[in-house]
Amino acid sequence: MNELQFEALLPFIVLAAASMAVILLIAFRMSHTVIQVAAFLMACLVIFAMWYVKDTLPQSVPPLFVVDGFGALFTGMIIFSMMAVGLFSYIYFEEREENPKEYYILLFLATLGAATLTISTHFISLFIGLEVLSVSLYALIAYLRNRNNAVESGMKYLVLAAVSSAFLLFGMALIYMETGSMEFERIAQSIKESSSSVLFSMGFGIMVVAIGFKLALVPFHLWAADVYQGAPSPVTAFIATVSKIGVFAVLLRFAQSVNLPQYPLVISIFSVIAMASMIVGNLLALRQQNIKRLMGYSSIAHFGYLLVAFLPGNAAGVEAAAFYLLAYSITLLAVFGVISVLSTRMKDAEDLVIYKGLFHKQPILTAVLSICFLSLAGIPLTAGFIAKFFILASGVQQNLWLPVLVLVITSVIGLYYYLRVISTLFAASSSTGTTAKTLHPFFYISTYIALIVMMLLLFWLGIFPGRAVEGIREFLLIR
Amino acid sequence: MILVWLIAILLIGGTLCWLLAQWNKVFPKWIALCATVAGLVLMVWLCLQYKNSGDGAGSEWFINYRLSWIPAFGISFHLALDGLSLVLLLLTFFLGILSVLCSWNEIKEKHGFYFFNLLWTLAGICGVFVAMDLFLFYFFWEVMLVPMYFLISIWGDTNRRYASYKFFLFTQAGGLLMLLSILALYFIHAQQTGIYSFDYFDLLHTSPGASTAKWIMMGFLFAFMVKLPVVPFHSWLPDAHSEAPTAGSLILAGLLLKTGAYGIIRFVLTLFPQQAQAFGWWAMLLGAIGILYGAFLAFAQTDLKRLIAYTSVSHMGFVLLGIFAFNEIAMQGVIMQILTHGISTGALFVMAGMLKERLHTRDINQMGGLWTAMPFMGGAAMLFTMASLGLPMLGNFIAEFLILIGAFSASAALTVLATLGLIFSACYALRMMQKVFLGPATVTAPLKDMNVREWVMMSALTIGIIVLGLFPQPVIDMVKGVVGALVD
Repeated sequence: MNELQFEALLPFIVLAAASMAVILLIAFRMSHTVIQVAAFLMACLVIFAMWYVKDTLPQSVPPLFVVDGFGALFTGMIIFSMMAVGLFSYIYFEEREENPKEYYILLFLATLGAATLTISTHFISLFIGLEVLSVSLYALIAYLRNRNNAVESGMKYLVLAAVSSAFLLFGMALIYMETGSMEFERIAQSIKESSSSVLFSMGFGIMVVAIGFKLALVPFHLWAADVYQGAPSPVTAFIATVSKIGVFAVLLRFAQSVNLPQYPLVISIFSVIAMASMIVGNLLALRQQNIKRLMGYSSIAHFGYLLVAFLPGNAAGVEAAAFYLLAYSITLLAVFGVISVLSTRMKDAEDLVIYKGLFHKQPILTAVLSICFLSLAGIPLTAGFIAKFFILASGVQQNLWLPVLVLVITSVIGLYYYLRVISTLFAASSSTGTTAKTLHPFFYISTYIALIVMMLLLFWLGIFPGRAVEGIREFLLIR
Repeated sequence: MILVWLIAILLIGGTLCWLLAQWNKVFPKWIALCATVAGLVLMVWLCLQYKNSGDGAGSEWFINYRLSWIPAFGISFHLALDGLSLVLLLLTFFLGILSVLCSWNEIKEKHGFYFFNLLWTLAGICGVFVAMDLFLFYFFWEVMLVPMYFLISIWGDTNRRYASYKFFLFTQAGGLLMLLSILALYFIHAQQTGIYSFDYFDLLHTSPGASTAKWIMMGFLFAFMVKLPVVPFHSWLPDAHSEAPTAGSLILAGLLLKTGAYGIIRFVLTLFPQQAQAFGWWAMLLGAIGILYGAFLAFAQTDLKRLIAYTSVSHMGFVLLGIFAFNEIAMQGVIMQILTHGISTGALFVMAGMLKERLHTRDINQMGGLWTAMPFMGGAAMLFTMASLGLPMLGNFIAEFLILIGAFSASAALTVLATLGLIFSACYALRMMQKVFLGPATVTAPLKDMNVREWVMMSALTIGIIVLGLFPQPVIDMVKGVVGALVD
């Protein structure tokens, strides 16, 4: 490895070192506050490292990694999401858990796993990244071990993720048998040369099981609602954003390198999965009374939408997907931020009843939450609309009429439950329970500021998406 | 630039309403009133300026303003004004002022947020009437939807949640199909010319294949027919109208329905002329069915606002009938109908709101003999009921007369059917009048007749409907160029 390659990997090395640093801080019996602040600074350091190396990109680190604009874009989203999650975690865990410190080690490790995925060009690095991510998530989900739901959902995730890893390995093995290589580029070359690709198709089909599981696509979605409900709110935000961005990025990269759209079978499988996810996710969310479960089902639907942008396999599709992930992560982080702030010591603010008439008690949080839900529903002035528009555009461009029509119809269905939440927020007030604020006001203020910034970002992306689109294009061109 | 200001006044005014409401509860309504009055003054000034340019001699576009917005996708911020947009904007601000006035005392809580929503809805409507970029048009189309949803779901009546969901879901379903059509048109245009653009004037010259064009037109038409509404898609309307607060009903009936008609005239007829011609007879049939069906259902209602809502369905049938008759005289009638229906039905909704404020009910079985207690209101109600059933001298007569003349040459049978609607309209209108204001008095509590604010509103509406009935020529001149270009 030469110096440039080392530099290109610097952000990831800093990320790995950060988890070590947190361990050391815990060993020195530092307080939660110190660790929180240190974690924040280290996340800033990672971003600084990315800034520092951005001119040297793209750098390939054969055979495992390539650090290019694509990887940098998704890693950036992952790091920013992680910072938001870390910020919300302080208030959330300080109130509930006597020992919230190890949480940050796991958070950094999981982030490292997800970030590794975005730069992998080899099955080994893909698998290691995925396992680092999954193993940290098992512990993160069950972190509040006194709660029944948490342990149950942790177990559920553990068992299903282990099974899906097995599928992933089996699929990789089949592809290796066919092509004799585990590098994406080599695989692409050898299947181009050989005529039959039965084993490859089969192998990829089996890998789809694992990827579908991680992205919670129908029919591999059964864990989603339970885990979303059982996990601590910041962790749910983490699963919904960081882990899914990472997995989606590696899926995109693999699809691009082997030119997946040339296999009609694979494309039809993906379009069936996409349509099933949109329909099932939206239908199951309709009657949910638990906002975390509702978000779980809605995320199934949203990844169905996202797959519509993945299907064409062209540049417009990748751009649309990147923009969609950006808008979606901001929205979800803000939603779970609000949920974390409203949660009490005993219970997360997950029942819709708690939100009744929130407008009268917490106008700022209500504004943030309603903008987020409008954005999820894809209403203009918010980022969600532009994101959905880009996806529709990339679908219509390739004449994918069936998935596009399903998208349109299901998003009308989806609108119903988003409106249900919004009208609950603005309903006449009933309960009066307010959370007693016991912590230093600094953390509340910074959380509120973060939420407001996210809301403004949603508006900015919704009204002037030009700059963001250009930025995404520039990043994607670095390769 | 002046068009941007028109919209900006409403947007800024709305935001100010919300922000300043914390200091003083009276601020929002005055700000809202000032914003709408300023808009109307601007519009009247524009109207005087372009009074003589609508006759088709020069360019039919008075103002054309274009800014780049998202150049990567060929989306521009393109506003333009012609005679049609101008009269519709005039109506928008006129009814806008009235909607602020009629919520003066009705709204008891959350004043700031209420007027914010009211003004933003109006801004969305204005935007729809002047947007000449299809993306921007869709954008405004949705912007007017969300605040209206809040108006219904927060300040509406008992069944408001159901009504607001239904309103939102119906319109959104139509809107998204329209978005698909817009996208299809955009890519077909790009394939043919290599230029990616959502601009109306660019897309005008796109010629997709015949069957594709038919499907794309259906997407547009569906959105507009839901909004208009045309009979199979009308079921959101009675719920939304009856549950909305008075100002909400006024804006829904007076303006929101008109965006559907505007959309058909502006986009469907010009982008897909042949396909629209081919669909013409069916559309006229739907229009005639709407006229009769709306009138029948209006006759059967006991809820005053629901009754008025169904009369809208009936009147909008005339609009559809006239548009698809494809001749100048019917089209003139359609534009007159858009204006006069806005005024007359708006007035009836305002009246229903006043009655509700006094009697706390919308059930006409609990009313009766109110004329003795409130003679002035009774008189005003009589006038607008007569307008609604198409009495000569009042605006609606001119409109319906022109539409029927025009439609007769297109399809005699359907026109005969539609004319029957006029008889039924007399039935429901007279029944309404009879039940509410005449007959034995059932309400014993003392009732106040109209106060000054209500007087002002009613006189403005009365003057409007009579002037349109006696001197329709200025409107006809104003839209002559547009109509001429459409019919060719």
